[in-house]
Amino acid sequence: MRFAARVEVLLRPGIADPEGATIERALPALGFHDVHQVRAGRSFRFEVDAADELTARRRAEDLARQLLANPVIEDSELVLTVQAPAGEPS
Amino acid sequence: MSSPDAGEPQPAPQLEPQPLPLHRALGLTDEELGRIVEILAREPNQLELALYGVMWSEHCSYKSSRRHLRRLPTTGDRVLVGPGENAGVIDAGDGIAVAIRIESHNHPSAIEPHQGAATGVGGILRDVFTMGARPLAVMDPLFFGPPDDARQRWLVEGVVAGISSYGNSVGVPTVGGELTFDPCYAGNPLVNVLCLGALPVDRLVLARATGAGNLAVLLGATTGRDGIGGVSVLASAGFSGGDDAKRPNVQVGDPFEEKRLIEACLALLDAGLVVGIQDLGGAGLACGTSELAARGGVGLDVDVLAVPRREPGMAPWEVMTSESQERMLAIVVPEAWPAVDALCRRWDVRASVIGTVTDDGSGVLPEATGHGDVGGSSSGRLRIFDGDAVVGDVPARSLADGAPVYDRPLREPADLASKRADDPTASEERGDCGVELRTMLLDPSWVYRQYDHQLFLNTVAGPGGDAALLRLAGPGLPPSDRGVAVTTDSAPRWCAIDPRAGVALVLAEAVANLACVGASPVAVVNCLNFGNPEHPEVMWQLSETVDGLAAACRAFGIPVIGGNVSLYNESTGSDILPTPVLGVLGLVERLRHRPPPVAVAEGASVVLLGCRRGPGDLPRPLGGSRWAVECRGRRHGELPPLDYGAHERVTGFVGSLVAEAVGGGAGAADGVAGQDLLDGVHDVSGGGLAVALAEMAVTGDIGVRVEGIDGHQELFTELPSRLLATTRYPDELCARAKEAGVPAEVIGVGGGDRFVVEELVDLPMHQLARSWVRSLADRLEPV
Amino acid sequence: MSARVGVVVFPGTNCEHDTVSAFERAGATATLVWHTEERLGGLDAVVLPGGFAHGDYLRPGAIARFSPVMDAVARFAAAGGPVLGICNGFQVLTESGLLPGALVKNRGLRFLCAPSRVRVTSVSSVLTCGLAPGTELGIPVNHFSGSYFCDDRTLAELRDANRVVLRYVENPNGSIDDIAGITNAEGNVVGLMPHPERASDVLLGSADGLPLLRALVAAAADVHAA
Repeated sequence: MRFAARVEVLLRPGIADPEGATIERALPALGFHDVHQVRAGRSFRFEVDAADELTARRRAEDLARQLLANPVIEDSELVLTVQAPAGEPS
Repeated sequence: MSSPDAGEPQPAPQLEPQPLPLHRALGLTDEELGRIVEILAREPNQLELALYGVMWSEHCSYKSSRRHLRRLPTTGDRVLVGPGENAGVIDAGDGIAVAIRIESHNHPSAIEPHQGAATGVGGILRDVFTMGARPLAVMDPLFFGPPDDARQRWLVEGVVAGISSYGNSVGVPTVGGELTFDPCYAGNPLVNVLCLGALPVDRLVLARATGAGNLAVLLGATTGRDGIGGVSVLASAGFSGGDDAKRPNVQVGDPFEEKRLIEACLALLDAGLVVGIQDLGGAGLACGTSELAARGGVGLDVDVLAVPRREPGMAPWEVMTSESQERMLAIVVPEAWPAVDALCRRWDVRASVIGTVTDDGSGVLPEATGHGDVGGSSSGRLRIFDGDAVVGDVPARSLADGAPVYDRPLREPADLASKRADDPTASEERGDCGVELRTMLLDPSWVYRQYDHQLFLNTVAGPGGDAALLRLAGPGLPPSDRGVAVTTDSAPRWCAIDPRAGVALVLAEAVANLACVGASPVAVVNCLNFGNPEHPEVMWQLSETVDGLAAACRAFGIPVIGGNVSLYNESTGSDILPTPVLGVLGLVERLRHRPPPVAVAEGASVVLLGCRRGPGDLPRPLGGSRWAVECRGRRHGELPPLDYGAHERVTGFVGSLVAEAVGGGAGAADGVAGQDLLDGVHDVSGGGLAVALAEMAVTGDIGVRVEGIDGHQELFTELPSRLLATTRYPDELCARAKEAGVPAEVIGVGGGDRFVVEELVDLPMHQLARSWVRSLADRLEPV
Repeated sequence: MSARVGVVVFPGTNCEHDTVSAFERAGATATLVWHTEERLGGLDAVVLPGGFAHGDYLRPGAIARFSPVMDAVARFAAAGGPVLGICNGFQVLTESGLLPGALVKNRGLRFLCAPSRVRVTSVSSVLTCGLAPGTELGIPVNHFSGSYFCDDRTLAELRDANRVVLRYVENPNGSIDDIAGITNAEGNVVGLMPHPERASDVLLGSADGLPLLRALVAAAADVHAA
């Protein structure tokens, strides 16, 4: 099976996020008085071939932990969906 | 005229002739199409038309300016390579050559400032390492509208961040530049970029294909649709709204790819593995293949199927005109291919054989100005294959050099006389000169602190001074004690009044800037930024500028070794002010000590070198000065005159004193040694004595007291050929000046905590310093 | 024979030549080490220089730590060999776990190339050994992600064990506790954001970095003699 993975990496709560804070500071000038708690992060998309969803999830989480996020400062969150049976063009 | 905005050709690369008016959509006129039919002796197909469209664009062919540029002096003893190659090259001595090039990336930066500026840096670096030189320094003259609205701030932030992110990452220091604000650039900012590199003289390579049977090897990034039609659309069209529709054309830069490409290409050249190399910039493979073939007088067969692609379904014309960044085209003898491949793998640089050099170039072509015979059947042909099928076949030289040369009409502006008569010099000072002075101060460090300006351990004087001064050293260069100095200068407010005299004053200022770091000028590169060449007044500005620059270069004995012309800088029908930007290269024989700073020292005398009065009725003219333009809104009048002899005397005097100081030699036989004579030095330019003195006081963090200045006219005039020096030995300095035929007078002394010009300005230093430090940051980061 | 210092080159590294020339000025024999090397071949010290290894894509240092040479560097460090990470090299050391914490974006969200002053706050490291505690040095910074961060427990450890080797006199980037450089518990692995090699010649404005480089060369010479 082929699974589509989306990993979102955000700075851990409590770690200064100057990018998010800068965006938030700009909002009132644009009329967005009702928007708060802006945080900037990044999103990664990739596909995983695996026998089942559990295996795919484990592989994707390993990748996120080992490379995509730096656990000292970042948390990651995975969203996994079935893409196609393995081998077929997606 | 056709509108290059009208659209792009549809992807249908058949050989059948296409119905008109596709050529117009590609920016070609009916006459130009006629010439193409004449050259090919048949109708061009769509691919061929696209090739001519990009190669005959203003940006690639200089068809409006070429006739004028021929009037520039381009030869000199040190010149190894003059205009027409990817970069100019001079012999710097000790077996080292210096390559230098300046270019504009104005229109791309107006659409996407970050990527536009970043890819501008990438392009200029490729121009320099194409010559075999390692890029060692970048400078960026930037022009924006006043940063008082969100869009201008977005442009400034984006351009600076783009230069910073690309230049820092690719590993070339940005050692200086300029920052100019004027309403004329609000709709069309200018982003010029200069690169200087150095090479062992014997590594010099030229962008030529030679040797039938040799391979054309594409190095670097994959090819996508980025920048398709960009040359025609981005470089030839003004902006009248609708920027969003053009956004997909913007190229995206990858400094990491470029860094590996630089290292791989320099290693290939060091190993003698390539016989010719060319960067792929504007017009992509169309330009690279046709120029390599045309310069070498050979033919080239190229297979678009062999070009590694980033996107599926690309048509041959898209592959040939793509402006995907970070690509080079090298000519390699077949036996060397395995070694080339291996070396590229080490640097993780993609290398693909995409073509073959075909004939020996027996077809020598006539000067490419006449009709018809530009590329008869005997000359080198550029043949494009799509696998086995020939999809295009044109004489290479007709693309590279065959564009028509236009003699566009030029006309002096009708109101020239009345504008010159409207001189601001006599206008009264009202209020306090100190208030006006404070509005003229601008600390550019907000910009240059975002640039790595120290890499390579060469930067002796970096950004913020009069000129950058670098050790002439780098990986792979023979050892040398020499220094190289470079400055970029411009003054659109002068050139708007009188383009001919204005550009001469700009060159004079550059010579003075070099003198402040002890360098003698050896070469000029120019970036001529102008409005719409279809406006006769703009062509007049261009023609006058070329004549003024030619005369000034001859007077100073400095050749022009390269240049770039950027036209169609306009928005909503208004042309920018004529903006020639000069990059001037200087050499220092021996560089062992730091030059005197732009600073006043405690207890040091302030000496004004050079004549304090000009000739004629207006000895202290204010026409074209920052004071007149910025404080009074007076943009007309007469420019101050330039006396070449006097200018050379004062800059030669200061230059030799500073050279003595940085060289650390024995100094004067008797009297004070060179390194002790000067505590500080600065040229007097924009903003006049007032701004020059203030900058020296702020940098030295010390007050100054000046007397005997003849009113606001002497305080603010931009009369040329004056420099300020600070010294603990004023008698010695004045005596040596007198020997050299240079007027010199002590006008003040450093010390205390106030900035005082008697009867004109009296400010506490902290106030002056605050105006200096906060001027830019406060405008760019409003609370 | 002088101490042999290896300067590691990742694709995208750009301070390698500067670092070599500065260490030679400080009395070492310095050579470049390509990132695919699996052995260090008799070096007495290893330096990870500044630059943009792998373009700083993902995070500075995040990809470089997977280069083969990093296994060799880890073994060398574990055996007590002197290891120095400058700027991007410091980022690689934290990403690879040889030093604690992380380098995050500067407080001002802009690249910063500027003079800075640092104070020697611990001399228990191969970089600061022999210097007088409290010495102030003018050494430039040049980074976008130079703000040092670690959790409270790590910070307490660093402080208690006297492992903060350099602190900014005026914090330019928002680093926690003004930290400019730290060392591991053994004192043989040091990372700092300022560039001592850029302060190795008065012609360029400062030679204050030379005492640091000489200290490392002396430590390397000890390894060599051992």
